[in-house]
Amino acid sequence: MTFDFTFFSGSLLQTYVLHGFLFSLQLTVLATCGGIVLGTVLALMRLSQRALFHWPATVYVNGMRSIPLVMVLLWFFLLMPFLLGRSIGAEVSAVITFIAFEAAFFCEIIRSGIQSIPKGQTSAAIALGLSQQQTLRWIVLPQALRNMTPILLTQVIILFQDTSLVYAIGAYDMLKGFEIAGKNSGRPVEAYLAAALIYFLICFSLSQLVRHLQQRTSFTK
Amino acid sequence: MAWDWQFFCNSTITTEATASCFGKGGDITYLQWMLSAWGWTVSVAALALVIALLSGVAIGVLRTLASRWKLVAMMWVELFRNIPLLVQVFIWYHVVPAFIPALQALSSFLLASIALGLFTSARIAEQVRSGIQALPRGQSQAASALGLSLVQSYRYVILPQSLRIILPALTSEVMNVVKNSSVAFAVSVTELTLFAMQAQEETARGMEIYLAVTMLYVITALTLNRIMAWIESMTQLPGVIGVKA
Repeated sequence: MTFDFTFFSGSLLQTYVLHGFLFSLQLTVLATCGGIVLGTVLALMRLSQRALFHWPATVYVNGMRSIPLVMVLLWFFLLMPFLLGRSIGAEVSAVITFIAFEAAFFCEIIRSGIQSIPKGQTSAAIALGLSQQQTLRWIVLPQALRNMTPILLTQVIILFQDTSLVYAIGAYDMLKGFEIAGKNSGRPVEAYLAAALIYFLICFSLSQLVRHLQQRTSFTK
Repeated sequence: MAWDWQFFCNSTITTEATASCFGKGGDITYLQWMLSAWGWTVSVAALALVIALLSGVAIGVLRTLASRWKLVAMMWVELFRNIPLLVQVFIWYHVVPAFIPALQALSSFLLASIALGLFTSARIAEQVRSGIQALPRGQSQAASALGLSLVQSYRYVILPQSLRIILPALTSEVMNVVKNSSVAFAVSVTELTLFAMQAQEETARGMEIYLAVTMLYVITALTLNRIMAWIESMTQLPGVIGVKA
């Protein structure tokens, strides 16, 4: 079997792959931002003493974490038209699904980050006369955030890899772009290899970056 | 909308209700189809788990050795960890058989299981490595002072302890394998997710089908979770870290 990568012309990449790549990127950014915001809320709810906050968040997080992402994508794609009363595209449905799904994982990272702060820190803050909100804002969260940055970034890399699963509902992402490019030019084998290479390069360089960051932050502790 | 669970007893060929909820001969009902899909999910996960455990432990051990195998093991981990699982499944299904004609005879079930197994092996290798490195240095030093060879010290001293340390992490990895087996739908393995997609299209009873499939996933993962907890309690050693009093 011989390879022929020459069919990958600039115009082919631009017509099929670029569009999908931009969606994969957009999905990653939106899901990270939305997921961290919703995840922080869920983490604070899970850490709350009140059962009214604690239990719904716990059920939500554990539920999301025990279902395959592909099934969650299918669920949202099925339910969204019912809930909104009109059909939305696979792309919008994917964004909403990823925010809801990843929030559960970000929640657990943020929760363990907050719990990693020694009790002495909050006791000292209260002794200094800070309110509960001030303690959270100025003492706990800044330290917790620094501790969990490497794990958060690792989760973002996993999230980027997971975006390829939107295949299940037919959204047009980078993988789909390569697949269609390969089919239209009769070179599917090379197209899948090229897709794997691009994903590898992006994820590998990001994980090296995280490792570098981890060494720098562990130095300050 | 109203619930309707009756269609599970319908034939998948004639779409008419069967008397016993189980079709005769080649005719199967949606319930039978779902149960067989569950079987495929469990099979993919089980085979992938065996591959992942065997190669994951081997690669994890290699990563702790001071030899050039360490580099090979490192490349293995980076390769399988940094490519999305779905892409790896496609590579095994579309690309690898084009290179190695002998693999063309393999079913999509086997190829998807290999892909999932190797993907998971990279993660298990990292856990094995961290488990080995969590042991105090004195353990391997004492083993070699007692005259054990390298293989013996791993077999009798290091691995028994480090595998116990990583059991909780392995538990979540085992549950991940079940969840990740859903990706096999992309190469037409008729497991639960593919059943859900196809049956939803045929019957338009998406809610009931997705609910049933989701429950089966949860039941499978929970069962494995209990089995792992049982293994954990059976393998506990008195006087070793992590033992509940």
